[in-house]
Amino acid sequence: MRDAFVKVLTELAPSHPEIILLTGDLGFGVLNDFASRFPRQLVNVGVAEQNMSGLAAGLALEGRAVFTYSIGNFPTLRCLEQIRNDICYHNANVKVVSVGGGMSYGPVGMSHHATEDLAILRSLPGMEVFAPTDLWEAAEATRHLIQSHGPAYLRLDKTAAPATARVGERFQPGRIRLVREGSDVTLVATGGIAGEAIKAADALAGQGVFCRVLSVCTVKPLDIETLVRAATETGGIVSIEEHTVDGGLGGAIAESLMEAGVVPEFFVRVGLRNTFSSVVGSQRYLRGVYQMDAAAIMKTVLEKLSVKAEVPACN
Amino acid sequence: MSPATQDSTRALAGRIRGHALRMTSLGGSSHIGAIFSCADLLAALYDGILRVNPAMPRDPTRDRLVLSKGHAGAGLYAALAERGFFPVEQLWTHYQDGSQLSGHVSHELPGVEVSTGALGHGLSIAAGMALAGKLAGAGHRVFCILSDGECDEGSTWEAALFAPHHKLANLVAIVDYNRIQGIAPVAEVLELEPFADKWRAFGWAVREVNGHDHAAIHEACGALPFEAGKPSCLIAHTTKGKGVSFMENTVLWHYRTPRGAEFDAALEELEPLRNPEARP
Repeated sequence: MRDAFVKVLTELAPSHPEIILLTGDLGFGVLNDFASRFPRQLVNVGVAEQNMSGLAAGLALEGRAVFTYSIGNFPTLRCLEQIRNDICYHNANVKVVSVGGGMSYGPVGMSHHATEDLAILRSLPGMEVFAPTDLWEAAEATRHLIQSHGPAYLRLDKTAAPATARVGERFQPGRIRLVREGSDVTLVATGGIAGEAIKAADALAGQGVFCRVLSVCTVKPLDIETLVRAATETGGIVSIEEHTVDGGLGGAIAESLMEAGVVPEFFVRVGLRNTFSSVVGSQRYLRGVYQMDAAAIMKTVLEKLSVKAEVPACN
Repeated sequence: MSPATQDSTRALAGRIRGHALRMTSLGGSSHIGAIFSCADLLAALYDGILRVNPAMPRDPTRDRLVLSKGHAGAGLYAALAERGFFPVEQLWTHYQDGSQLSGHVSHELPGVEVSTGALGHGLSIAAGMALAGKLAGAGHRVFCILSDGECDEGSTWEAALFAPHHKLANLVAIVDYNRIQGIAPVAEVLELEPFADKWRAFGWAVREVNGHDHAAIHEACGALPFEAGKPSCLIAHTTKGKGVSFMENTVLWHYRTPRGAEFDAALEELEPLRNPEARP
């Protein structure tokens, strides 16, 4: 996803001289080409994320389109107040980019796991939040952010779901994409972990359970209409995110559906539950440990459907 | 613009102090001591140093001022109103229900570049503005007024490292060094000395000035940048609460609201400053 982001930025930098990319001393080997081709459009500000975010606000107030770039929580939580006061309150045209959503940096340790960022960033007024699920969405979201004005957060995962875009499909920011049709249950996923949802849906189809799979690239603003349809047309909703279940995608869906007056037959949030990951392991391994992989999603769906199936028998 | 005179700066400083006293009293707000300590700096800046135009507050060629010590917002509002950015009458709504004039400075007001209030933010924003100006080859300068207290913030020093590295000679940091921070003297809380040496060690061209001496402030700011290729730091030695004897050098008047007899006594002391022409 990171490469898809850098590729689009490199492609559009010449025709968008207002773009300036600030990196917090990360992107070794990734930003070299961009740096050599557009030396006036990239500044390595050093390991100083608070300053990076304040600089970004100042540059944006002078008309530049600024991208701040770092990994994990460094460009977000470390400098949250600068994002809140300097960027969002001034509606400054700054896109905060974090590489390594969720537990992308698995064995590196919890310091590098971004597992509260969606909840925190989406609470900021004026901030749009994007967490692409596959490489196409990562590229298209980047393209959109270059052309849009105002603050936004782009969370890039190390893994990406298999490509799901139709030939000629047009990226629509703020819209949820349908990637598998089904009516037994809806799996709603954001970020690369959507790949686990698709894998689970395909395996469940073999058992006669048909899942609708929704890909949420734009976490904020959330596409409520598509979620309401899912809640009314399918037998239940499972949200899937490599993130705490508190306030992230699952929280956002629950808020939206409650406000819309729509209650799905069942609702489960797959994600971290009031915990940090202290287990050492790859992203794939940790998804298994924390019951977020395809096998865990399948188990959750089957359990919920069997409970539903038992209800009439109890009467 | 005609060159400023010491008299005109002194008159503006007196009006800033008088307005701010009334604003904090009417609104019931704090920070009068921190406003008075930088009132002479603001007066000098808005009396000939800053190239700004009230008729075109967003003029791209204007000098920018970031008031990083946003708690002195009443002082900046007063200076801007005096310069015609908005009506002086609007000042009397300060801190009250429905007003645009929040206690910490707000960019909703014409002439205010950025909202501040959380300490340690302003120098980074100013550095970003200066970098943009430098990259665009623009001729304007970016000024940033900091408090000494916010030099406790690590983010201030992140920006202090950045600006010299990028040779932001169009950036001017002015530190209102009144030596009293939130609830105690700087020397008791976190010593900043040797303060000028710290800025020099970071790569800034530093000058020190009596922050209440209008001629000295004009002279220093007339020599910007202090060194070619370096950002400038003006350390302004000031007195917290300057201008009202019982407010000077006290921690109390960081927060206390001037009311009743205290308000009257303060106004009486400020009166000759507000109307220097009327002095015997």
